[in-house]
Amino acid sequence: MTLEIIGITVLWTFLFGYLIVASIDFGAGFFNAYSLLTGRQRILTNIIQRYLSPVWEVTNVFFVFFFVGIIGFFPKTAFYYGTTLLVPASIALILLAIRGSYYAFETYGSRGHKGYSFMYGIAGLFIPAALSTVLTISEGGFINVVNDAPSLDYDALFSSPLTWAIVVLSLSSVLYISAVFLTWYANTSGDREATNLMRKYALIWAFPTIITAIGIMVELSSHNPEHYNNMLDIWWAFGISFLLFIGTVWLLFKKKNYGMAFWMLGGQFLIAFFAYGFAHLPYLLYPYLTIYDSFTNEAMAIALIVAFIAGLALLIPSLYLLLRLFLFNKDYVRGNKDNHA
Amino acid sequence: MGNEESVFFSRLLTEMTLSFHIIYATIGVGIPLMIMIAQWVGIKKNDEHYILLARRWARGFVITVAVGVVTGTAIGMQLSLLWPNFMELAGNIIALPLFMETFAFFFEAIFLGIYLYTWDRFENQKKHLLLLIPVAVGASFSAVFITIVNAFMNAPQGFDLVDGELVNISPLLAMFNPAMPTKVAHVVVTAYMTSAFVLASIAAFRLLKGSNHIYHKKALYLTMKVGLVFAIATAIIGDFSGKYLAEYQPEKLAAAEWHFETEGNAPLVLYGVLDDGEVKYAIKIPFALSILAHADPTAEVLGLEEFPEDEIPPLYIHYLFDLMVTIGMSMVTLSALYWLGKRLKWAFVDSKLFRWLIVLGGPASIIAIEAGWWFAEVGRQPWILRGLMRVEDAATTSGDVDIMLYLFAGLYIVLGIGSIVVLTRMFKKNPVEQELKDRHAEKGGDIL
Repeated sequence: MTLEIIGITVLWTFLFGYLIVASIDFGAGFFNAYSLLTGRQRILTNIIQRYLSPVWEVTNVFFVFFFVGIIGFFPKTAFYYGTTLLVPASIALILLAIRGSYYAFETYGSRGHKGYSFMYGIAGLFIPAALSTVLTISEGGFINVVNDAPSLDYDALFSSPLTWAIVVLSLSSVLYISAVFLTWYANTSGDREATNLMRKYALIWAFPTIITAIGIMVELSSHNPEHYNNMLDIWWAFGISFLLFIGTVWLLFKKKNYGMAFWMLGGQFLIAFFAYGFAHLPYLLYPYLTIYDSFTNEAMAIALIVAFIAGLALLIPSLYLLLRLFLFNKDYVRGNKDNHA
Repeated sequence: MGNEESVFFSRLLTEMTLSFHIIYATIGVGIPLMIMIAQWVGIKKNDEHYILLARRWARGFVITVAVGVVTGTAIGMQLSLLWPNFMELAGNIIALPLFMETFAFFFEAIFLGIYLYTWDRFENQKKHLLLLIPVAVGASFSAVFITIVNAFMNAPQGFDLVDGELVNISPLLAMFNPAMPTKVAHVVVTAYMTSAFVLASIAAFRLLKGSNHIYHKKALYLTMKVGLVFAIATAIIGDFSGKYLAEYQPEKLAAAEWHFETEGNAPLVLYGVLDDGEVKYAIKIPFALSILAHADPTAEVLGLEEFPEDEIPPLYIHYLFDLMVTIGMSMVTLSALYWLGKRLKWAFVDSKLFRWLIVLGGPASIIAIEAGWWFAEVGRQPWILRGLMRVEDAATTSGDVDIMLYLFAGLYIVLGIGSIVVLTRMFKKNPVEQELKDRHAEKGGDIL
C-alpha cells in the first residue's frame, strides 16, 4: 500500500464517520421539527435531546478533521476545491454555525422556541444538500479552468440530473440512517411509542434511498463512464451492500433486533461508500487532480500518519468511554438520571 | 470583480471572522482552567461555594464554546476558501500542527460532553475533577498548535525553495520555528489572564448590583489572584516577544515604535500621533527600546530606513501596540492592588469605584487581545508568509467574496447577540442564592 492510498483511506474513513454521525444529528433535528408540526413532540423530543446533547460537539469535529486532513495530505485540493467551492461551502458553514450554536443555546440556555426548532430541522436538510455538491463536482464536468483560475460552472451544475440525484440521495439517506438509529435508541430506552414512530419513518425512507442510489449509477454511466466501469468491476461489493439493506429492512419490518438492524445499515453504507470511493480512484477531481499528483511530500506524509496513529491511540479509548457513558448506559438512556451541569 | 477586490474582501472577511472567533476562543482556552481551579479548591477546602462556582462557570462556558466551535470551523475552512494558493504551498510544510490541532479539539470535545453530563454521577467528586484535565489540556493544546501555524507564517523555516520547488521539508523544524516559543506562551498566558479577569468582572458586577453574597466575594478574590499571576507572566513574555521581534522581524518592531532611523540608546515611544512623518505629543522613555530589544540600554536598534518601502507594515500598528501594552500594565496594577489591599485590609479595594474598575477589566482584557492580534497580523504586512509569499498572491480568484462577507457579517451579529442574550437570561433567571437554596432543599444541606 502506498502512502497516497493510506492517506486517502484515512480521510475516507473519517468522512464516513461524519456521514453517519452527522446524518443522525441532521435527521434527528428534522424529525423533531416534524413531530412538533404534527403535535407528536412529546414522543420524540426527550429521546433526541438525550442522545444529541453530549455528542453534538464531537459530530462537528469529524467534519473539521476531514477538511483539515485533506489539505494536509493533498495540498493541491486547496487550490481546486478551495477556489471553486467558496459559495456552496460558505453557505454550508453558515448553516452549520447557526445550527450548532443554537442547539447549544436551546439545550443549555432556554428551551422551547417553536419557530427555531423548525428552522433547525430545515437547516439540517440544507447542509447535506450543500455539502454533497462536492461529490457531484468531483465527478468532473462542472469546473472551467481559465488562465489557471478554476471556477464553478453553476449552469452546468444546476441543470445536471446527477446533481439532483446526489442531493436527493443525501437527503433521504440522512433521514433513513437517523430513523434506524433512533428506532434502536428509543427501543433501548424502553419507549414504545417513540420506537414505533421512528420505525415507521425508517421504513418510509428506506426506499427513496435505495432507488436514488441505483439512479446515480445510471447517471454516472453517461456522465463519467470511467468511474462507472470501475464500479461495475466491483459489482459484488454493491451486491453485498444491497443484501445488507434488505436485512435491515427485514428486521425493522419484523420488529426485532433493532441493534442488529443498525449495524447492518452501517455495513451497507460502509461497503457502498468505500466501493464508490475506490472506483473513483485515482481521481480526487476528475480529470484535473489525482491522489498522486496532489500528494504532499514524503516527510510530511509520514509525519501526518505518525500523528494520526498517536491521535487514534488517544481518541479510540475516549470515544469508547463516551459511548459507554451515554449510548450504552441504560440508566442514562432511560432518563433515570439527569446529571447535566 | 477584479483580483484586487478579491484580495481586499478576502482580507476583510478573514479579519472579521478571526476577530469574532478569538473572543470566544480565548475564553474557551482559559475558562476550563478556571473551572478546574475552582473545583479543586472546592474539594480541598470542602467548600460548596467553589463547587457551585465551577458548575455555574461550566454552564456559561458551554454557550461560549458553542460559538467558538462553529466560528473556529468557519475560519478553518475559510483558510482554504479564501487563500487557496497559500494553503496549497503552506499545506506542504505546516499541515502537521493543523492536523494535531483537530486531535486536541477532538479530545476536548469528547471529555467536555462527558464532564457536562456527569455532575452528581460520581460518588467521589475527585473523579469528576479528573475529567476536566483532558478538557483543559485539549483546549490549551489547540491554542498551542494553531499558534504554531501562525508562528510559522511569521518565521517560515523547515524547507528549501529551489527554483520554485519545495525541497528538504522538515515538518518538525517548521513547527519549532523561532517565533513559536514567545507566540505560543503569549497566546496561552493571555487567554488565562483574560478569562480570569472576565470572570472577575462578572463577580464584581454582581457585588455592585445588589447581591452581597460571600459566594461572589470568594469568586472575586480567586479570579483576581489567578489573574494577577497570569498578568505578570504576560508582561514577562511580552518582553521576550520584543527581543524576538528585534532579532527576527525588526521591521515589525520598528513600525510599532515609529523608530525610523537606526540608532543606539533608542527611546521607547509611548502614545503620540504621526503627522507627516513627525511624531508629536509622544512620551519618550529613554533607552527603553534598546532594553526591550536587546536588554542593553545602548544597543543599536534597526530603524525603518533599512527596509524597502514596499515591505514596511502600516504605521498605525503603533496605536494597537500601545493599547495592548497599556491595558496589560493597567491590569497588572489593578490586580496587584486588589490582592495587596485584601491582604493588608485596605478599605478602598471594596469601594464602589474600585469594583467598577474591575468590571471594566474584563472587557478591557478582551480589547487588549484584539489589539494584540491586529498588531501581530497587520505588523507582518505585506507578507502572508514572511519573506516568501505576499498577501495579494495568496487570495482566491473567485468573484463572490463580497457577498460572502455580508453573509458572514450577518451570522456573527446573530451569534453575538444570541450568546449574550442566552448567557444573561441563564444567570438572571437562576441567581446563586436561589440555586444554593434549591440544592440544600434537595440534599438536606449536604452537598459534598
